[in-house]
Formats: sequence, C-alpha cells, structure tokens
Amino acid sequence: MSRAVPPLLRLSGLSKSYPGVRANDDISFDIAPGEVHALLGENGAGKSTLVKMIYGLVAPDAGRMELSGAPFAPPEPRAARAAGVGMVFQHFSLFEALNVAENVALGMDDAPPMRQLARAIREVSETYGLPLDPNRTVGDLSAGERQRVEIIRCLLAGPRLLIMDEPTSVLTPQEVNILFKTLRQLSAEGTAILYISHKLEEIRSLCDTATILRGGKVVGTTDPRARTARELAEMMVGAELRSPARPATAPGPALLEARALSLAPGTAFGPALKGVGFTLHEGEVLGIGGVAGNGQEELLATLSGERPSGPGTLWLGGQDISGLGPNERRALGILGAPEERLGHAAAPDLSLTENALLTGTVRRPLVRRGFIDRRAARAFAEEVIRDFDVRTPGPEVAARALSGGNLQKFVIGREVLQAPRVLVVNQPTWGVDAAAAAAIRQALLDLTGQGAGVIVISQDLEELMEIADRFCALNDGRLSAPRPMAGLTLDEIGLMLGGAHGMHPPDAGPDTGRDTGPDAGPHGLGAASRGAR
Amino acid sequence: MIHLERRRAASRFWTLAVPVVAVLATMLAGAGLFAALGKPPAEALRMIFWDPLLGPNAEYFRGQLLVKAGPLILIACGLAVGFRAGIWNIGAEGQYIVGALSGAAVALALWPAESPLIFPTMVLAGALGGWAWAMIPAFLKTRFGTSEILVSLMLVYVAQNLLAYMAFGPMKNPQGFGFPGSRNLQQYPSAHNAELIAGSGLHWGVVAALLAVIGTHLLMSRHLLGFRIRVAGEAPRAARFAGVSPARLIRFCLGLSGALAGVAGMFEVAGPSGQITDSFNANYGFTAIIVAFLGRLNPWGILAAGLLMALTYIGGDLAQLMLGLPAAAIQAFQGMLLFFLLAFDLLTQYRIRWKGART
Repeated sequence: MSRAVPPLLRLSGLSKSYPGVRANDDISFDIAPGEVHALLGENGAGKSTLVKMIYGLVAPDAGRMELSGAPFAPPEPRAARAAGVGMVFQHFSLFEALNVAENVALGMDDAPPMRQLARAIREVSETYGLPLDPNRTVGDLSAGERQRVEIIRCLLAGPRLLIMDEPTSVLTPQEVNILFKTLRQLSAEGTAILYISHKLEEIRSLCDTATILRGGKVVGTTDPRARTARELAEMMVGAELRSPARPATAPGPALLEARALSLAPGTAFGPALKGVGFTLHEGEVLGIGGVAGNGQEELLATLSGERPSGPGTLWLGGQDISGLGPNERRALGILGAPEERLGHAAAPDLSLTENALLTGTVRRPLVRRGFIDRRAARAFAEEVIRDFDVRTPGPEVAARALSGGNLQKFVIGREVLQAPRVLVVNQPTWGVDAAAAAAIRQALLDLTGQGAGVIVISQDLEELMEIADRFCALNDGRLSAPRPMAGLTLDEIGLMLGGAHGMHPPDAGPDTGRDTGPDAGPHGLGAASRGAR
Repeated sequence: MIHLERRRAASRFWTLAVPVVAVLATMLAGAGLFAALGKPPAEALRMIFWDPLLGPNAEYFRGQLLVKAGPLILIACGLAVGFRAGIWNIGAEGQYIVGALSGAAVALALWPAESPLIFPTMVLAGALGGWAWAMIPAFLKTRFGTSEILVSLMLVYVAQNLLAYMAFGPMKNPQGFGFPGSRNLQQYPSAHNAELIAGSGLHWGVVAALLAVIGTHLLMSRHLLGFRIRVAGEAPRAARFAGVSPARLIRFCLGLSGALAGVAGMFEVAGPSGQITDSFNANYGFTAIIVAFLGRLNPWGILAAGLLMALTYIGGDLAQLMLGLPAAAIQAFQGMLLFFLLAFDLLTQYRIRWKGART
C-alpha cells in the first residue's frame, strides 16, 4: 500500500472500558481502500469490542474514527451501514423457515419489492461467485450457504468496508476457497475488508496487513505473509507456544462400537444419523470431521445417552448400552462435552460449583444419600479451575460470566478429571484462543495415554490433523469409513467431507454435489496449512 | 430515552428488594384506587395492613391469619418447585377442590365411626386426590405434548362443577333439611381438623405448611433432585445432558404440587370450613401463584409472602365491611401486587440507563 492513498478508515486512540475490564486501550490503525486487514488476537483481546465500535453497536469512551477523512461516530448499526460499513457476524441471524430473499429483506433498512430483490440477489451472487438461489428455504441450506445469505445481504448495500467475524469457522476447505475468491474480488474492486480470525494460515494466505491485539492494546502491525504462523501466534499470546506432545502408545483393544446406528432428526430442519458405524479403541483419538449441522450434535447426543438409539446399536466391551441414559453411561465411564457451552454443557446462571455438579455426581463423591455435599462440589470445581487454568475470580461465579474459552476449559476439565474410559467431545476448541486450545488438546492426548478412547468431533481440520489417529467424515448424517490420519492431505479430507456445497449452479439440487465432489481441488490454503505442520 | 442493559449476573440487591418495592408500589397505587372510589386511602391501607395485626379486636384476626396463610403457603411451596423447573401448574385450585372432596369422602363414608386412623387416612386421601387431578395434565403433556398451563387451568372448572355436583348430590347431608352441603366435619371428632391451641388458628394444615417450607428448602437447596429441578428450569438442554428425564420431572413436579394442594384442601374442609359446599373453594389455589412469585419461589420467602397475602385477605374483608369498599377493589389490589412484582423484577436482570441524544 502506498502511503499516498488516504485511508478509508482511520482509528485514533479508541478506548472502551467495561466494569473491571479495559476492553480497548488507545487503539489506532488505518485501513486503506481495498485492503484486506486482519485483526488478530486471543479471546478477550478486544477484537469484538473494537468491531462493535466500528459497526455502531458500542460507543467508544475515548478516541475518534474517520471514514474517508470525515469524522465517523455511528450511533447505531443502521448509521454504520448507511456510511458504507457492512458486517457478517460469526453467528447467523436467519429465520430457517423463510427463504433466502425474505431473510435478506428482513435485514435491510429499506427492502425493495421481493421480485426485484430476488433479481438483485441473483446478480450479486453471480458477480461474486457465490451461488445462491433466492427462493430456497434457509433451513435447507448448508452453513456455507447461510453465510452467503449474510454476505450478499451486506453486498447489496454496496459497502466500502466489510467486517467479517470468524467467517471460516463453519466452512469446508472448498467453501473457504470460494469465499476467499469472493473476498479477493471485492478487495480488487476497492472494498476494504476487516477480517477477524483465529486461523493463522488463512490470514497468511488472504490478508495484506495484520493488526495484533493483546489485552485490549495493539501489540503489533505486520505483513502476515512475511511471518510464519507460529510467529503470529506467539505475537498474539505474547509467549512461546508449545505443540501438543503425544504419548507414544499403540491403540489397544476395541472399546466402544457403533453398529448401524440410526437416529431420527430431532427438529424439522435437523439432520438424521444414517447407519453410523465405527469402533473406538483404547488409547486412540478418533477424529470426526465435517461441517456442523451434518449430524454432529446428534452423534454426541446419542453417544452421551441424551437421545438413545435403537437396541443393539452401541456396545461397550461386549455390553449393549444403546438403551442406557446419560448417568448410567457416566457410571460406565462414557463422558461427553457438547458443542454448545452455555445452555447445554453448562447452565448459564448457575455457579461453576453447581456446574461441576451437573455431570460430576456419578463418578465423584459429591452427593451423600441424595444430599449435595457442597464442600466436595466446591473442591471439585476448584480442582478443575486449577488444573485447567480457568480464569475466574472463584468457583461461585456464574458460568455465563466466563469468556467462551475459559468456560470451555472448565467443561472439558470437568469431564477429563472424572477419568473417563470414553470421552466424546464436540468442537472442543471452537472459539478458544491458541494457548487454551493447545492445553485442551494436550489434555485429550494425555487421556489416551492413560488408555481412554477419545472421540473428537470437530470442524477444525487442522485440529484433527494434529491430534487424531484415525479420521472419518460425518456428512449428511453418514459417517465415512475411518482412515489413518497420517498421510491424509487436506484435499483428500475435503473430498471425504463430501465436497463443497454450492460448487454447482444453484439450480442443481443440494444432493448432486455431495457424492461427486468438486473436480477443482483447493490450492493455496491446503498447501499453506500443510506447510505449517 | 430509556435503555435496558442486561446485567452480567442477576443483582443480589434487587432480588431481595423487589418484593419490598412491589408492596410499596401496590400500597401507593392502591391508595390512588381507593381515593378514586371516594374512600379515604390512608384509612383503607391501615385497615388492610395494620388493624388485623395490632388494631382493635386484633386477637380475633390474628388467628385468622394462620388459617388463611396455611393453605396459601402449603400450595405455594408445591407450585414453586414446579415453577423453578419451568412446569406451570396453574390449576392448584382444582387440585385443592379434589383433595378436599377426597378427604371429605373418606370421612363421610366412615361416619359415624370413631378411630384415630380416620384423620390420617383423610390426609392421605386428600394428597392422593390432588395428586391424581394433577396427573391428568402431566399425562397429557408427556404423552401428547399438551400445555400443562391450559389443561390444569381448565381442570379447575371441571373440579368446580364436580364440587357443586357433590354438594348437591352424593355428599349432601341426609339430615340437612334439604340444604345443599355435606355433614359438618367439625361435629365429627375423628375427622375434625381442630385448632391445636384454641384461638391461635393453628391447625394441622398450618403445621403441614411449615413442614412443607422446611421440606422444600431441603429439597431445593440441599438435595440433588432439587438441584436438577433448578437446572431443568434454567437450562433444559443442560438438564437433559445431566441425565434428567423431562417426563419424570413433569410427573414429579405436577404430582408434588397437586398432592400439596390436595392436602391443603383436605385440611380446610375438615377444619375451618367444615363442610363441602358449592362455594367451598376460596381461590387459594390461584392466590398461591401470587404467593409463590412474591416469595421469589423460595420457601422462606413464600412463608413471608403467604402471611402478607393472608393479611390483605383479612384486611380486605375488614375494609369491605367498614368502608364499603367493593370486593373487586380488593381483588384488584391483590392483583396489583403480582403486577408490580413482575414489573420490578426486570431490575434484577437488567439495569435502566437514561440516554440523552448523542451528538
């Protein structure tokens, strides 16, 4: 970027405090027109607060912003959008029962008539290579396609700056490539992009500049292409990173076995499990990849006993456990940690002590004759907090007051410390910062060292490549045959996942793409990712 | 402009202060209401809140206080357990009636036999009757997914008609000279739920209410089952993950609240009321909902709220009598209490921000 180009957005001295936290402290940087600018930082580094200020959701305490040289202080998102700032959130806000065009209309400040809007959606989707049929019901769309709805909603407003919060966390590698092509095209046309991600390889392949936040302050601005992923991660964490060490053990005898396990969908738009079969051995990590929403939640629910499957479908060392409930399975040593931390793995308004009780009463002596032993429960919670480095003022704090990463450490720690024979985790490091993710992965590997079997359901393929012994893909409720992780490339994994959704024109039904897969393999990202390992 | 901002954690101060503020707001709004009706507001409030406790003839009213508060507390304790789990039994009034009918049926069937076993049998029958009546919405909900709110509420009207039928038909006193209503159980020593200390209003139902408060306290804050009930109310998916069966929970919560309401009805018919009449029920089952919320679904809070509510009942009657206040005004006054409670409850989860226009 030449110095002569005036910045599109200039932040000078932005600060924002919340009670007890300085979320943003004197943040200054520029974004040039057409620049793809990465915002990097651990959880709690202040990335969200910063983009919320730019998008008008939060007002800064001090400092100023300029957009194309004019003062910019959006009092609400509507004003930010009018000034040409669009944002795609990490969590979609879409109505599943409505179609694409209706969803887009609901998010617009003044929506044109439906027919005109549908035409505009088609045009934008063709121009930017984001196939999307405006008449399809959102409930039938893949996560990648849902994200396109959000992106197209932004693009229809013709933004000058597009903010993207962790956009690839829900995408397959192929879908990531489609997205990056679009983003590069937008950038070439002069739209600046502020890109938030944990995935350093992506940032290295996509972004021109990276601003790194730590503890609410800018700790560096760098060209991510000139740095290794490890260097970027260490700038983020401010310390040296340790890669998980794997205890050298050979997989032992079979432990948990699923035979033709099927499950009806739980909701109208939920997927079903279709004839899932696998064998988990002692001392191994079985990685199950795939985009969330393809049966991942259901698989965890049926393994944990929340939604038991038909008789004869799940076996633990020769015992049919298909009909057992969650606590009976806990007694046998099958523990789990669901993806959704708040509301499923933990109750938001209960304290950490109480959340330790939630699953800990079967394998830990926390209850005497039906009565809760408060002291023991508290000691157990404190043990989890200590061993898993959960940052919290104490065990009496409500779960929802913890940051996502800290709560995740607590949830995983709670199960790991109960010495499971089988541990099933879904998205164990989703939204968790690099240091915490490494700690969680290490804990999972340590379990296998003690002879436990671990099933890791994750859409983070790099994570699975790092810790899994064998890999299967879960797509549309079907589980592929497991293959040894060693030797699998990211491209092959992408194909196992059923190929990219929407690599085909929108009119071709959703199913045609699944089995044939894309003929064009991904480039750039796959190579870069492997290069980093 | 007023903005609501969600608190990171529920405010401890407001959790405790809301009931007090709600009572004060009710007094204020009530005073306005009474003034608008042309009655002296200060005097009306004094009659409702002061006279029954410390005014002239207070010794008579003080006994009434326990008589009225007993069933309210007993029913509200059961309801609170269900409400904590997100199971809304609105039909305690019906369970109360059926419990009374069941208890009275035992007594009337055995009359005039005398035995110390009769009264305990009546208690059991009352509990069973209320339990069975509450199991209807429980069964329909777990089997067909119906709303327990609607079913339990509608069963109140069924119970009321059943009550009228019993009072005019099968349970009518054969020696009652054709008047509707059953034999008076107060004149049947083995069945009579008499005052334990004369003039105090303390009968077995009040004792049961106190036991219910202690039992609910132990259940909800010490026992694993109470913990699971709380989890189910706050995070249903987390509860299922923790191994709580929703169907079993529904049956337990509805069954418990039904049984307690039934027992309350039985103590009432065998004691203060004495007989089954078509107007036997006195809305205790509905008022107990207010009591449960006013007491923050906490058993000790319910104990206080039940006494306060009983006070407004007695004081309300007094104000009706002395000042000619219409009964509807008293009911509106009691309703305002719940209204203000729920309105101010917002403050425990949210803080109010006054935001001026920004430049």
